[in-house]
Amino acid sequence: MNKTLLILRHEFLHTVKRRGFIVMTLIVPLIALLLIGVSQLVSGVAKPTVEVTTIGYVDELGGFQQYTSQGNITLVRFDTPDDATEALVKGDIKEYFVIPPDYISNGVISRYTLEKQLAASPATTTVINNFLLSNLLAGKVPAATIARIEAPLNLVTTRLTETGAVAPEQGGYGSFIIPAVFSILLALAIVFSSTYLLQGLGEEKENRLIEILLSSVSARQLLTGKVLGIGAAGLVQVGVWAISVPLLLNMASSSIGGFISTIQLPANFIVLAVVYFILGYLLFAVLSAGIGAISSNSREGQQLIGIFTIPLLIPLWFMSLLMFLPDNPVWVVLTILPISAPVEVIIRLGASYIPAWQLVASIAALVLSIIGILLLTIRIFRTYLLMYGKRPGIGEVLRSLRTG
Amino acid sequence: MQAVEVSHIVKSFADKVVVNDLSFSVARGEIFGLIGPNGAGKTTTIRMMMDIIKPDSGDVTILGEKLSEATKNKLGYLPEERGLYKKLRVIDSIVYLASLKGMDRRSAEEKANELLNQTGMLPNKGKKIEELSRGMGQIIQFIVSIIHDPELVVLDEPFAGLDPVNTELLKGMLLDLRNQGKALILSTHQMNEIEELCDRILMINHGRSVLYGNLSEIKSKYRSNSVLLEFEGELGEVPGVTEQRTRKGYVELVLDGNTTPQQVLERLVSRGIVINRFEVATPPLNEIFLRVVGKTHE
Repeated sequence: MNKTLLILRHEFLHTVKRRGFIVMTLIVPLIALLLIGVSQLVSGVAKPTVEVTTIGYVDELGGFQQYTSQGNITLVRFDTPDDATEALVKGDIKEYFVIPPDYISNGVISRYTLEKQLAASPATTTVINNFLLSNLLAGKVPAATIARIEAPLNLVTTRLTETGAVAPEQGGYGSFIIPAVFSILLALAIVFSSTYLLQGLGEEKENRLIEILLSSVSARQLLTGKVLGIGAAGLVQVGVWAISVPLLLNMASSSIGGFISTIQLPANFIVLAVVYFILGYLLFAVLSAGIGAISSNSREGQQLIGIFTIPLLIPLWFMSLLMFLPDNPVWVVLTILPISAPVEVIIRLGASYIPAWQLVASIAALVLSIIGILLLTIRIFRTYLLMYGKRPGIGEVLRSLRTG
Repeated sequence: MQAVEVSHIVKSFADKVVVNDLSFSVARGEIFGLIGPNGAGKTTTIRMMMDIIKPDSGDVTILGEKLSEATKNKLGYLPEERGLYKKLRVIDSIVYLASLKGMDRRSAEEKANELLNQTGMLPNKGKKIEELSRGMGQIIQFIVSIIHDPELVVLDEPFAGLDPVNTELLKGMLLDLRNQGKALILSTHQMNEIEELCDRILMINHGRSVLYGNLSEIKSKYRSNSVLLEFEGELGEVPGVTEQRTRKGYVELVLDGNTTPQQVLERLVSRGIVINRFEVATPPLNEIFLRVVGKTHE
């Protein structure tokens, strides 16, 4: 077998057998499973509260007799606060409120409950609100108008294309969430894969295996085999996540399942996600190889690669800003800048439209920087991989880039 | 055809010349000793021979060819400081590294079992490298360096850290390899091992060759004009001997410039002295090493 393939296979198997890799690969589906479990638990707990509850009220102002049945909550009138308190203590009613004679002038309603939690639930607040509103307006305006005053806004937004036709993708919160989650997973996979590469190189450098390897294969074969082998393992990880998460979510309760089925992803999403994982990983892989060559041990290498991990993750920090200001030129810069492009593009795919020229420019910038860094890395790889103990200064590295 | 032909190689790191115009050759079927003080440039020379680094100028020819990927399969290398993948099992480590030397899996596994058996390491075959002792790990690395039946084997300090039993085992295997016509290069500080095993040596200091050639010729060149004598009876005054130095169990006789050891032996025999040992004194390699290195240090 070709030596590059042998190294590729060895690195792939060595990586997928690592405990850290297995834990990371399984933890994402497990978290998804946990989320489903929790959401089902919560909806299970929430169900009993759907039964009809009774709330008492004392009308000291007068005129509040209608609209006592509001969805699941029934309102019962009491003559005096003492009667209402007695009913509350006996457990006939959940709580009661008093409409005082001066309500019209100051709007104060006194509420009495046995519970510690003083704030009324949103459902209760809405019921009391609608009850008061309906009774105040009763007889003065038509019933339909009252219903409209209670809920004046039901916003339906439709996205149009530049030609004025209805756009095929209607976006929405759902179509934002999958790219957002996926961009985080992508960043994790890229960082972990390049960390494995760095650790492997560091280990081989520390135990001098690198000398045996380089006396058997060329530096180019070694680098290619390692980068592709670990990259293949990373792709397997992303694949497991990409397949298992939707699968698990589909198994979930109808509410989440329904939410997932409403999500519309851009047609090219999967293709671009794979392209950007591969390019993003390759960029970090060649960077890691270069850093692995010049750093004296794997710990130092990981600190150095950390400098590059920050710009990779920057798009995640500004995710919410991107949602509200999708047309800011900053996002264009982050899209084309190779190091932040993989994560930025995936997020933007969900939030807004990316013009084709930006995608082309971004992919071109990534490819060019991968090739450039690869050439530089091969130049310094041989020289510094065998220099143990002492990390060369920046000036020294630059000098050997010129002369190497 | 020589196994190794190194001519005028030069290598410098950051303006410091580490190997300076070095030339030597190693024949098949010989054990060649590469010696020199720390920092003399031994490891750098070996790395250039192994194509791990390139010389700035000069040529290295291995087995009659310029170094290429195909030649690498005929080289075996045991680096000075060593280690293997800690988490990998012994057998997997050997088979993987052998496959990088162009061996197929099945024959690598067969040969690995054979060598593990020969070195008494077979019971450890399924263990992880991190579970082995330092000496055991070294045996595994030695196996890795010879499993693919290389034409040329370079061993950097192969005996460091080995117990006497394993040292003898290794020596035996090295002599076997030599008898099979392989070329072996031994780089070590342990001069007694060089004296015991090597046919020819190269001594380098500050990246330059300071002694090169047949070991016994070098030793006779550096011999002091004296003989070592173990005898019974009274010695008295011996003509041609300028000084008698009494050592532990024997006497060293320093000869004057005109007397040969043969003449001294004849005179002693004619006096009826019982001779148990008569030896022309050659200095140990260690002494030559110190003398030569000391001189170049001045």
